[in-house]
Amino acid sequence: MDTMNVITLFLFNIVLCNIPLLYGTVGEILTEKAGSLNLGVEGTMAVGAIFGYLAGCAANSLGVGLLVSFLAAGLCGLLFALLTVTFQANQNVTGLTITTFGLGLYFFVGKGMGENWPAMTGASSLVKGFATLEIPGLFSIPVLGKVIFGQNALVYLGILVAAAVWWYLNCTKTGLRLRAVGENPGAADSVGVNIVLYKYIHLVAGSGIMGLGGFYMALYMSGSFEGSNCWINGYGWIAIALVIFANWNPLLSILGTLVFGFFNTLKIYAGALAMAFPGALGWLNNVPSQLYKALPFLITAIVLVASSVRAREGSGQPAALGLNYFREER
Amino acid sequence: MKKKLLALVMAMAMILSLAACGGGNTSTPGSSPAASSQPSASTPSASTPSASGDQSEPAAEPASEFKVGAIYINSQNDTAGYTFQHHNGIVTAMKELGLDPETQLLIVDNVDDGDDTAVANAIDTLAGQGVNIIFGISFGYIGAMDEKSAQYPDIIFSHGTGYLGNETNFNNYFGRIYQARYLAGIAAGLKSKELGNNNIGYVAAWNLEYAETCSGINAFALGAQSANPDATVYVNKISTWGDEKLEREAAQALINNYNCCVISQHCDSAQPQLVAAENEVFGCGYNSDMTEQAPTAHLTSAIWHWNVYYQTAIQAAMDCNGDASKFVDNMGGNAYYAGIKEGFVDASPLNESVAAPYTAKIMDGVRALMESGTWDVFSGIKLSYEVTNGTVNISRTAADLVDNQGNVIVAAGGPSVDDGVIKGSMDYNVAGVIEG
Repeated sequence: MDTMNVITLFLFNIVLCNIPLLYGTVGEILTEKAGSLNLGVEGTMAVGAIFGYLAGCAANSLGVGLLVSFLAAGLCGLLFALLTVTFQANQNVTGLTITTFGLGLYFFVGKGMGENWPAMTGASSLVKGFATLEIPGLFSIPVLGKVIFGQNALVYLGILVAAAVWWYLNCTKTGLRLRAVGENPGAADSVGVNIVLYKYIHLVAGSGIMGLGGFYMALYMSGSFEGSNCWINGYGWIAIALVIFANWNPLLSILGTLVFGFFNTLKIYAGALAMAFPGALGWLNNVPSQLYKALPFLITAIVLVASSVRAREGSGQPAALGLNYFREER
Repeated sequence: MKKKLLALVMAMAMILSLAACGGGNTSTPGSSPAASSQPSASTPSASTPSASGDQSEPAAEPASEFKVGAIYINSQNDTAGYTFQHHNGIVTAMKELGLDPETQLLIVDNVDDGDDTAVANAIDTLAGQGVNIIFGISFGYIGAMDEKSAQYPDIIFSHGTGYLGNETNFNNYFGRIYQARYLAGIAAGLKSKELGNNNIGYVAAWNLEYAETCSGINAFALGAQSANPDATVYVNKISTWGDEKLEREAAQALINNYNCCVISQHCDSAQPQLVAAENEVFGCGYNSDMTEQAPTAHLTSAIWHWNVYYQTAIQAAMDCNGDASKFVDNMGGNAYYAGIKEGFVDASPLNESVAAPYTAKIMDGVRALMESGTWDVFSGIKLSYEVTNGTVNISRTAADLVDNQGNVIVAAGGPSVDDGVIKGSMDYNVAGVIEG
C-alpha cells in the first residue's frame, strides 16, 4: 500500500466531499450579516439541488444547472424575506418552515419524475463540467498539488465565492452598509439605508449561494435519486453551526469546512490510515466511529464558549441577528 | 393590527399558490412506480384502543373482509430501499391471494423504530381499524409488538428481523440472505480471478456489531474465495444503515486505497455501484437488482423476495378463520427463517455482459446444492469449481473454517454453524476479511 497515496487521497477527499458545506456557510453568513437568521439552509440547498440538477441535465450544461440552482434556491430566500421582512414573521419558525417545505418539494419533484428521472451519464457536458480540472503547473506539486489544484471547477468556484463575499463585506461601501443593517438597522435606517431592499437582496443572494452547494451535492452523488435519503443529508444544519465556528467570516469558513470535513472523511479513511501507519495511527482502529460524527459539534461548542468569553468586539455576530426590524417600533 | 391581518392573509395566499405551482411542476411526467399505494391510515395520535372489541368476533370471515396492517419505518411512497421492498412484498402477496391492497391493506408509516410509544400508537390505530394481522418491519418494533400481542390476542403480530414470539399469535421472520451473498461472492471471485486482482471491497453498514452484517460479509468472502482462493475482502464500515454520501465515499476509498476490483455492499443505495462504474471496476449490489443503475459494473445483487414470506403468512392468517391463536401452529413455529430453497432470498439475474465466463453455470450449481440442503455456507466443507469442456464441476473438500484471528470455528468436515446467524451469535470475520 502506497502510504503517500493514502495521505494525498485523504486530504483530497476532505476537500472534494465537503465543499457543499462551504457554499451553505457562506450563503448563511451573507444572510446573517443582513441581520436575518435563516434556519432553512437544508431545505434551500435541497431545492437548489434538485432543480439545478434537472435543468443541468435537460440543457446538458453545467452553467445552466448553476444558474437554475441559484435561482430556485433564491426563490426560497425570497419567500423567507417576504415572510420575515415584509410580514414580520418569526425568523426561527419561518426558517424551519423553509426546511420542511424544501425537503418536501425535493421528494415531491423527485418521486414525481419517477421513470423519467434523468441519469447523469446522459448529460455528457455536465459530467465533463464536474470532472477534475487540473491547474497546469501547480498540479505537479507533490501531495498539495492534487489536493488543492486537482479538484473540479465547482470547488474553485466555492473558494472564489467565499473570498468574494469576504471582500464584499469588508472592502466595499455596500458591504459596510449591509453590516450596519445587521448590527443596528435603526441607525442604518436613520442615515438613509433602505433596510427592506438590503435585506431582500442579500437574503435572496445568500440562499442562492446555498443552492449552488446543493447543486454540487447533486453532481457529487451522480444525480442518483433514491427517494429515501436527501442528497443534502444534514449538511445544511452543519453549515449553520459552521457560521458560528467561522465567527461570521467567509474566509474562516473555508477553514471551518476543512475541519468538519477532516472528521467526516477521517471516518471513512481511519482504517486505511491505520493500515498505512500501523505504528503512529494504529489506534485509529479503536476509535468508535460515532466519535467522528460528534467531534465537529464538540469543537463548535468549544468555539462558542470561547467566543462568548472573548470580548464582544471579537465576535462577528451581528447585534440585531434574528430580530425583525419594524420601522414604527424603532 | 389591520396590517398584520393583511400580512397573514397574504402569506396564506402565497403559500397556497406556491403549493399549486409545485403540483403543476410534476403532474406531467406520470406517477411514480409506488403511486399505487393506498389511502394512508390515520395518524398514530388518533388511536382508538377501545375499538379493539369491534373485530373480536371469532366468526369466520370471507377473504374480502380480511384486513392486513403494516407498520413501516419510512414512507410507503418510497421508490427504493427497505420500506419499499417490504411494501412491494406485501402488495404482491395480497394480489396473489386475491386481496385488494387498495382497501384491505392499512398502513402506518414513518414510525421511528426507537420510539416505543409511537409503535404502540400505530398498533392501536391499526387494531382500531379492525386489522387481522399486523406486520412490523423494523427490528426496533420488537418491544411494543411483544407487549401488544398479549393485549390484543385476537390480532396476529408478525415482526420482521426480530427474535421474539409466543405460542399463539406472535411470530418473527427473517431469512438466510447469507446464502444469496455467497452466490454473489462467487460472481465477484470469478471476476477478480479473471482480472488477476485479488482485492475485493465491501461497503458495510456494520460489521461485528450485528450477526446479520458480519454473516453477510463472511458468506460473501467465502463465496469469493471458493472461486479465487487468494481473494481478500476489505471491509469499510460506515456505522449507519443508510447514508448515501458515506456509502459513496467508502466505495471510493476502497478503490483508491486497496485497488479493489469488485465492490460489494450491505447498504441500500446504488451509490457503491455507481462509484464502481465511474472507476471502471465491478460490483455486487444489495436489496435490488442494480444493473439498471450501473450496467457496466454491476454483476449481481443479493436480493429478498419478501412476498414469499408475506404470502405464506397472510395465507396462514386467513386459514385461522378468525382464531388468531392458531397462527403460530399454522406457520409451523414462531420463527420463520427461510432461504434459497424457499425462494425467499436469491441472487438477482446475472449481468452476463460483464460477468466472467461460466459464472452463471457455477452459481446455478451452487444454488442447486443449497436447495438440496446437503451443504451450507458456514460448514467445514469448502467448494471449488473446475470447468472442463464447458461443463462445470463443483468439488467439495473438507477444510477448517477459520476466523481472521486464526481460531477454528468449524473443524474440517463439520456441519454448518448457520445457527450463529439465526440466533444472532456470530461475531467474527472469516480468514481473508480485513476491516480497513
